Amino acid sequence: MSSTDGTTAPRKIVIDPVTRVEGHGKVTIRLDAAGAVEDARFHVVEFRGFERFIQGRMYWEVPLVIQRLCGICPVSHHLAAAKAMDQIAGVDRVPPTADKMRRLMHYGQVLQSNALHIFHLASPDLLFGFDAPPEKRNIIAVLERYPEIGKWAIFIRKFGQEVIKATGGRKIHPTSAIPGGVNQNLAIADRDALRARVGEIISWCTAALEHHKGYVAANRVLHESFATFPSAFMSITGEGGVMDLYDGTLRVIDAEGKALIDGASPASYRDHLIEEVRSWSYLKFPHLRGFGGDDGWYRVGPLAQINCCSAIDTPLAEAARRDFMAVGGGHPVNATLAYHWARLIVLVHCAEKIEQLLFDDDLQGTDLRAEGTRREEGIAWIEAPRGTLIHHYTVDKNDQVRSANLIVSTTHNNEAMNRAVKQVAQTDLSGKEITEGLLNHIEVAIRAFDPCLSCATHALGQMPLIVTLEDASGAVIAREVRQ
Amino acid sequence: MSSERFTFTVDGVPVEAEPGQTVVEACDAAGIYIPRLCHHPDLPPVGHCRVCTCVIDGRQTAACIMPAAKGMVVENNTPALNAERRTLIEMLFAEGNHFCQFCEASGDCELQALGYLFGMVAPSFPHLWPERPVDASHPDVYIDHNRCILCSRCVRASRTLDGKSVFGFEGRGIDMHLTVTGGHLDESALAAADKAVAACPVGCIVIKRTGYRTPYGRRRYDEAPIGSDITARRGGAKD
Repeated sequence: MSSTDGTTAPRKIVIDPVTRVEGHGKVTIRLDAAGAVEDARFHVVEFRGFERFIQGRMYWEVPLVIQRLCGICPVSHHLAAAKAMDQIAGVDRVPPTADKMRRLMHYGQVLQSNALHIFHLASPDLLFGFDAPPEKRNIIAVLERYPEIGKWAIFIRKFGQEVIKATGGRKIHPTSAIPGGVNQNLAIADRDALRARVGEIISWCTAALEHHKGYVAANRVLHESFATFPSAFMSITGEGGVMDLYDGTLRVIDAEGKALIDGASPASYRDHLIEEVRSWSYLKFPHLRGFGGDDGWYRVGPLAQINCCSAIDTPLAEAARRDFMAVGGGHPVNATLAYHWARLIVLVHCAEKIEQLLFDDDLQGTDLRAEGTRREEGIAWIEAPRGTLIHHYTVDKNDQVRSANLIVSTTHNNEAMNRAVKQVAQTDLSGKEITEGLLNHIEVAIRAFDPCLSCATHALGQMPLIVTLEDASGAVIAREVRQ
Repeated sequence: MSSERFTFTVDGVPVEAEPGQTVVEACDAAGIYIPRLCHHPDLPPVGHCRVCTCVIDGRQTAACIMPAAKGMVVENNTPALNAERRTLIEMLFAEGNHFCQFCEASGDCELQALGYLFGMVAPSFPHLWPERPVDASHPDVYIDHNRCILCSRCVRASRTLDGKSVFGFEGRGIDMHLTVTGGHLDESALAAADKAVAACPVGCIVIKRTGYRTPYGRRRYDEAPIGSDITARRGGAKD
């Protein structure tokens, strides 16, 4: 561990890069002259540029090209782009087979991505403790010590990927959603193979949820206090506020649960959201129009998905949602660590939805695609595993993309992640040293949001952690790297 | 010229030919596949791509333009020739901007199919990453010059089959590029049903708004390797 030079000069701490998140980021903690935490920043330091180089491509290529942002949740980008391109193609309602094929693919995506996060990325922290040595805080150690959980990790994720392959043609970067619909229905053989497994998958998801509830009960104070702060929440909800991860209108609630926005359509997103750029990060800072950057920020992702919806239309997940909301006593749950609990409820919901759809004969329909009159603008959103994902395109008369704007889930959480880091720093920084505990707790706080930096910033990279300590003038006085 | 049929050998196999047939034409009829890119059975051969190069009577020659002759000895499916063919394919991949993972021709693309046929797992040449335009001005067809391999099939098809001469070439060597009479596609006489459009072996000249309707994995070369239609003529035997 490095330490400061022992003076009382203002300092800056940088964690760079941050580990076990998707992508490449770093953390800077700035101290004032008295040694107190003045500010904390979660920087996203790489850039990709998909919004620029998609310009000039043909609009029907977009669902395939744009999903190459990411290998973790490409399905969400594939489907958000396809929904936007439905509008470009003049299609307001795709045939039922197409709608259900896309939904099934999406539930497979959220299932596998949530499983990846909760088991592979987050469970080592929860099972071994935040301060366990890093070399013992990983999925290999989970497999050795908790083989049952290791089994869930591998096979729930695998099942989700098989759903994606059956509906989208490939486990990663599927290709079946096209403007106006899909290019294939669900083969009987694939359907039967998935049907044979889905009951067991649901039972494992619910077992994982129960296991986690045991963790929460045993660590109630930590769970409710760690990196916790009140905030607004944003999510898409379906009709009547029922959870719908694939399509719906936007709902934003404040920390008390009062609706700030409800029923907003995708086309109105710019009426509600502003994207602010700050010089020190490639990640933008979206916030609610009319509330300002300091007050208009919000959280998205599983915690928002559960907090924002009025009900879930699958029984096991709905029962779990009621348990969860009871913690808030009728108000949204604000605990940052509750992201994991919420993620598991969404996991169960996805498994239940997959089962429902596998027994829906519409998936073998042959009316796959609708046509309409060409339009020049398409705006769509979807609840990706990490939260609300917005795609906005304009297309010229030659069918070439003129502009693209993507607001991805991690971007929405930018301000919240900064606040979580700041809070941890205020709690854990000794004032003299970058301790192992500080590094660990910052990582855990960021990881709760499951940030996917590669798509948020359009960055490509490894997942290490770098922390820098900086004085009030901006001079770096300590730096720690954990690969 | 005599009208009597005659025989020559390809990799030691006797092949019967008619006077006037090229080596490729005679082999196609006999069910022997000689890999090719620029050659199209409905178009006059030009020997542009050199993928069909065989060793004919001891000399390397483009088989698509070489008239078959009695007693000719042709080497086709040899490790040395296939290695050279793979090198040619790799050079074409490196020269243009080919992204098979989302190209709408993927699975129907002859360049990609030959890459697979020759076991090309990755190009061994540095990519040139040229800046090339997309011409989408036509209401029904677009040209993505990033994917043009200068095979001239469209040039020949437009001239000989469509009677239009929509396409041509400008420049020489590395500067050679496909051009459209009139400047842009919307200023040309091209129609979506033209043979010149269908003749494109890659994803360069494409009918608009139809991409991806056939899923990847169920396309022509997903079902059977390139050349399988020719080898099937002799009972499905492989070269």
